[in-house]
Amino acid sequence: MTFLKRLHTRGGVHPEGMKSLSEDCPIAPLPLPDRLYVPLQQHIGAPASPVVHVGERVRKGQLMAAGTGPVSAPVHAPTSGRILALGDALAPHPSGLGITTLTLEPDGDEAWLDTAPPADPFALAPEEIARRVGAAGIVGLGGAAFPSAVKLNLSRRSSVEVLVLNGSECEPYLTCDDRLMRERAAEIVDGIRLMNLAVGARDVLVGIEDNKPEALAAMTGAAAGTGIRIVAVPALYPMGSEKQMILALTGREVPAGGRAADIGVLVHNVATAYAVRQAIVLGHPLVSRVVTVSGGAVQVPRNVEALVGTPVQTLIDYCGGFSQAPARVVLGGPMMGSQISNTSVPVIKGTSGVLALTRAEIGQPEPAPCIRCSSCVRACPVGLLPLEMASRIRAGDLAAAVEFGLKDCIACGSCAYICPAHIPLVHFFNYAKGELAARERTRMKQDATRQLAEERNLRMERIAREREEAAARRKAEKAARDAAKKAAASPPAQAASTPAETETA
Amino acid sequence: MSEYLLLLLSTALVNNVVLVKFLGLCPFMGVSRKMDSALGMGMATTFVLTLATAAAWMLEHWLLAPLGIQYLRILSFILVIASVVQFTEMVIRKVSPGLYQVLGIYLPLITTNCAVLGVALLNIMEAHSFVQSLMYGFGSALGFTLVLLLFAGLRERLALAQVPDSFSGAPIGFVSAGLLALAFMGFAGLAPH
Amino acid sequence: MIAALLSLTALGLSLGLLLGFAARKLKVEGNPLVAEIEQMLPGSQCGQCGFPGCAGAAQALAEGKAAVDCCPPGGADLVQALAAKLGVEADLSGIKASVPMIAEVQEHLCIGCTKCFKVCPTDAIMGAAKQIHTVFREACTACGKCVECCPTEATRLTPVPVTLQSWYWHKPEAGWVA
Repeated sequence: MTFLKRLHTRGGVHPEGMKSLSEDCPIAPLPLPDRLYVPLQQHIGAPASPVVHVGERVRKGQLMAAGTGPVSAPVHAPTSGRILALGDALAPHPSGLGITTLTLEPDGDEAWLDTAPPADPFALAPEEIARRVGAAGIVGLGGAAFPSAVKLNLSRRSSVEVLVLNGSECEPYLTCDDRLMRERAAEIVDGIRLMNLAVGARDVLVGIEDNKPEALAAMTGAAAGTGIRIVAVPALYPMGSEKQMILALTGREVPAGGRAADIGVLVHNVATAYAVRQAIVLGHPLVSRVVTVSGGAVQVPRNVEALVGTPVQTLIDYCGGFSQAPARVVLGGPMMGSQISNTSVPVIKGTSGVLALTRAEIGQPEPAPCIRCSSCVRACPVGLLPLEMASRIRAGDLAAAVEFGLKDCIACGSCAYICPAHIPLVHFFNYAKGELAARERTRMKQDATRQLAEERNLRMERIAREREEAAARRKAEKAARDAAKKAAASPPAQAASTPAETETA
Repeated sequence: MSEYLLLLLSTALVNNVVLVKFLGLCPFMGVSRKMDSALGMGMATTFVLTLATAAAWMLEHWLLAPLGIQYLRILSFILVIASVVQFTEMVIRKVSPGLYQVLGIYLPLITTNCAVLGVALLNIMEAHSFVQSLMYGFGSALGFTLVLLLFAGLRERLALAQVPDSFSGAPIGFVSAGLLALAFMGFAGLAPH
Repeated sequence: MIAALLSLTALGLSLGLLLGFAARKLKVEGNPLVAEIEQMLPGSQCGQCGFPGCAGAAQALAEGKAAVDCCPPGGADLVQALAAKLGVEADLSGIKASVPMIAEVQEHLCIGCTKCFKVCPTDAIMGAAKQIHTVFREACTACGKCVECCPTEATRLTPVPVTLQSWYWHKPEAGWVA
């Protein structure tokens, strides 16, 4: 704990924590809901492809959909029961679009699939740990939901020196990682040790914001003698962002357009470490997670351990329902979470919170003109110029916004939070990033279709040429036959050459 | 030497062809949306204006004045300027395709640029020598390019500003042009004329 | 009077001769711009612009005979790129409204006549005689040729469906001066 190096930070804001709403309630297991809706894509990458059929009975932890391609994650049955349907259902996404979902009817037995956990998990080979993490469907539980095994494998290849565990939980309202660290510190430390077996980092650091003294104490106690260093980082949004956490803990900065692995650092969430421990020591795949249910419109804010696929409404009902009609329901944190329009959508692996916010809490006055006060520039943790990017995006000049560093924006929302004119800066950036991606897709498609058209033209030309040649050949044959006929009537010297001609033709 | 420098400075700044004489307002408003195109237009105009002033001087002194037909000045100047522009375009296209890419589309625009004709005519009025004429044309063109670039910079910023609907586009452009002209009045005390 | 007449005629004639001579002497074969523009166009030879293929359109664009927004498959992006290349002002008002489209075969109407996949410039339609045809979304440029030739109106253009992968936030309102 004698971490004397000065902690580096840049930008950032201090939103009101609102963590007292739920931080003192122990994690409660959620009763089984009537139905579970398990989307086949809960991670970044290719959707999983189903390996069960409708009507089949599954046991808890049984593989329901296998990962496809290099970046993907499998999906397991959150409980035992019968599969009712496979089809589109509302996705936990602001678009309100559908997503391929398995509907599961729990039988109430919670019967686990028979698993054979290794006798000594700490004796496993690094590849085997990564393989088991992948097979357990573990994804980053901080919210990004990137398949963890891919990260472990990548980092083994690019020699990681520092393994960073992110326990900052900088988003307001959320306390799920805080509670997990307080209550299950030993398991988390086990998970961290297992992860480091797979990675082989020299230093293992756990960054926890200094507004969580109990979690810091619990983790320090559990990590004693393991070589894992627990570091208190200042409570400053967005400390939980990967790049900001690395900067604060190591003083190193991820280069623009680069990844943490480029500077030899790997970052995982503490909840992911817990899931890794469960997967390797118990053989339990990722089928549940701790979710914070909070916000001014929730009767009794608390933390619950919910099965993946539980409808959001079930969580809210368990917490006493709404105390008033919420102005907005958000999955994740209030700064970076995604707004949903329907509470029937399921909790997925990356859902850290369910927040029902009142009008007073979201407080969204009409935007006013930018007066170039540069509050956003001071708040930006990446060191960008949000006001310049936004004005260019508004004028439709996306290329100019990219020159100002749009691609390095982490969409943390600090600029929009601090803006005294309430300009929806992040909304501008999200729009621009989406539009640029769409244009890139169009461009790639155009290149592909151009090639197709060229190939078709070549084929058409070839066909036309062949047809012409065939016609010419037929003509020649006919001429030869005519000549042969004529030759039959005339001197025999010419007739001798005709059979050879017809043969070659 | 100082006389030429003074002439250059006075034509470029004090008697700026756009903001003081109000010539060439069409490209000033039309080709000032982007810095790049403003620079291209400025370079093309500099080239043509210098050449055209010299050609006009020769025409005046070697043809019109000896024959006493100065009343045909405007007519013949237009003829010469248009030819010079066309010829320049052809030569550039042949000799330097790269420069043609930069200037190409602006050259034909200059044929009808009143600044080119205006400067050639004013030059005759001022009874300059040949070298003075070259300086006069070049200085005017420099002033034109300077103002065009300044204004393009302003308009690039204006494009990003939240201008009230009724002012957006050309109106706010005219307002800024007026302010820029006021600013150029400040040069009036710089050089005697 | 005579002097004025003669001198100006001589001037005009000599300048005209000079220019005419120069035009012959300094003639440049081909226009590098055409090739560059052709590279920018989608290259699917769909003919929606009214010119024979993308090469024809590039020629017309380079000569200023076609508007920069003549290519519907290119979209707003292409209009802006062409406008920048040719140094003209682009009018995006008509382009922005159009959404990306894609051809679709309505299976209950398709009689398997094979007309559509014969005209498709990018081989985006798959089918055989008396078989229901189908469209490869990745290869379709929404040129509309298959719509024109279908005897049963089974092919039509529909907006490209939005998926979770392609969805993104709309542009925020302009704010106080909207």
